[in-house]
Amino acid sequence: MAAGDVGLEQQRVALRSRGHLGRAWSRLIRKKLAVGCISVLVLLYAGGVLAPWVAPYDYDIPDYTAFRKPPNWDHWAGTDRGGRDMLTRLLWGIQNTIILTLTAMATGSLVIGISLGLIAGYFGGKVDAIINRVGEVFSSFPDIFLIIILAATLKPRILEWVRWLEDNTFVDGLVKTGIVDYVVVFLALVAFSWIGMARLVRAQVLQLKESQYVDAARAMGASTPRILFRHVLPNAISPIIVTVSMGMGTMVGTEIILGWLGLGIQPPRPSLGTMLFEGGVSLQIVRNTPWLLLGPGIVAWLMILSWNLLGDALNDVLNPRTR
Amino acid sequence: MWVYVVRRLLWLPFALLAVSAITFFLGWIAPGDPAEVRLGGRATTEEVARQRELMGLDRPIVVQYVDYIWGVFQGDLGESFTYRGRSVSSLIGRKMWVSAQLGIAASIISVGIGLPLGFFVAHKQGNWQDPTTVATAVVLMSIPVAVTAPLVLWAFCLKLDVVPHCSGWGGFFDSRIIVPALVMGIPGIAAFTRLMRASTLEVMGQDFVRTARAKGLSEFVVDKRHVLRNAMIPIITIFGFLLAGLIGGAFITETILGIPGVGRLFVESIFSRDYPVIMAGTLIGAAAFVVANLVADISYALIDPRIRYQ
Repeated sequence: MAAGDVGLEQQRVALRSRGHLGRAWSRLIRKKLAVGCISVLVLLYAGGVLAPWVAPYDYDIPDYTAFRKPPNWDHWAGTDRGGRDMLTRLLWGIQNTIILTLTAMATGSLVIGISLGLIAGYFGGKVDAIINRVGEVFSSFPDIFLIIILAATLKPRILEWVRWLEDNTFVDGLVKTGIVDYVVVFLALVAFSWIGMARLVRAQVLQLKESQYVDAARAMGASTPRILFRHVLPNAISPIIVTVSMGMGTMVGTEIILGWLGLGIQPPRPSLGTMLFEGGVSLQIVRNTPWLLLGPGIVAWLMILSWNLLGDALNDVLNPRTR
Repeated sequence: MWVYVVRRLLWLPFALLAVSAITFFLGWIAPGDPAEVRLGGRATTEEVARQRELMGLDRPIVVQYVDYIWGVFQGDLGESFTYRGRSVSSLIGRKMWVSAQLGIAASIISVGIGLPLGFFVAHKQGNWQDPTTVATAVVLMSIPVAVTAPLVLWAFCLKLDVVPHCSGWGGFFDSRIIVPALVMGIPGIAAFTRLMRASTLEVMGQDFVRTARAKGLSEFVVDKRHVLRNAMIPIITIFGFLLAGLIGGAFITETILGIPGVGRLFVESIFSRDYPVIMAGTLIGAAAFVVANLVADISYALIDPRIRYQ
């Protein structure tokens, strides 16, 4: 009994000394589900990032002895109708999804969203009105449409510019690297990803800027950037983390839809969306070669599910009202 | 209350104008000159120039936009690139009815399964039914439609053999509607179950429920008159989101299952870069979403007398 109390007390002291996020983290890793999600995500993301080294084959070189082979010892996830190894293509597909969603989330949500939210909330006035109105308009209809139409219309224009760049400068071979697809999808994803974050940060700032410690900081002569980044932003970090985690699942889903519609990364480069399209577009394909659908299906599902569940768990440990 | 409704109604045209402006300007930067498309590949430069003048494409972009909006008000959404000579409105018209029927069927499935299930598991808190259902709901919500569509098709048509013909379209009362409606309804089932559970739990903790029990009402009456009615109120707010989910799911479901709706037309027009159809689809989808949200908000305010929008 007494020993248990001492243990608890030690734990409490340990918790207190680690700060808000440290405490949230230790609450988080006590949840089995959250640990499971983190493990799955680490596994998938490591597989994707390390694809060039861990992938057993080349993603575009067909094995002429194995067309449409079900999973076996040589090809763990089977081969597609071109005789290409599915596991390799899955790993590279995950890599593309990671590149696109992480860069889009970091740029759109974190950099643009947080900056605009801080500006709108802290300075108020006309800037706030404009940012707020734009956000209101965009959040009043489903953004998937605009993302699709943006990806569809931007591509040819950007391709034109890159070609022009190649013709007129020493830069060469840009189109061949497939960078245009990445830029297009990235822009389409970024275009509407800042809105939720900007509105969230703005609301937080409006609340925090009236607080006494911000007054105190200002009275001590702290500059505006210092107040924003040292005093206001760290106090808004919890909802930001939850929003990012929840948003990642949605963004992965959107990237997959774009790939499915043929607006994402173009073949022969693998993308989860294209693979889902190839594996599930007709009943015959599903019946004859189910692994073409199940491989990318399970990967996409695990990715989205883990981000969603992790978002729920983070909300539980970070939100003081649900804790 | 009425001030709020009027303000929302006044906001509506602004939101729609914004969507139309975005789609129009994106369509303008999109490649493909409508004049060239109209004339076909072999027209000379002068012919194209004359055609451009004829179609008003040489005017300033703002004038063209106003003209486009004027046309939209009269039901003229431009001309399709792929189906040469056919107006977008005539292409979309009948397909919209197909998609609407499918959407209604999917909503019936979502609501019909989700609400009772959520209400039921809220009463089972602490039992195994509650966490199992919540977990299943999250799992179902996270599967991309591109995966559920072929899987449900496979399960119903090959394994269970319940539906005679698997893909295609035969109207609302045809058995072929089951598979697409289920595919599109699954995310909704999960959403409604979760929301209904949360809302029921909240109502069950209220004082008036305890009072109702204390004055000796039977469990059934308490559930029916006091809990259920109040738990239903917040549900209305997510009908707008439900519609957004349906629209997103319609692209993929209709394409895989071969249903002649707007979703499939939209996907086809993306593949064939038929920009006027893409733009019209966006405009109609966004308008439907904005209106649905407005209706949901207003009915929310009408049903729940406690809500006072300023």
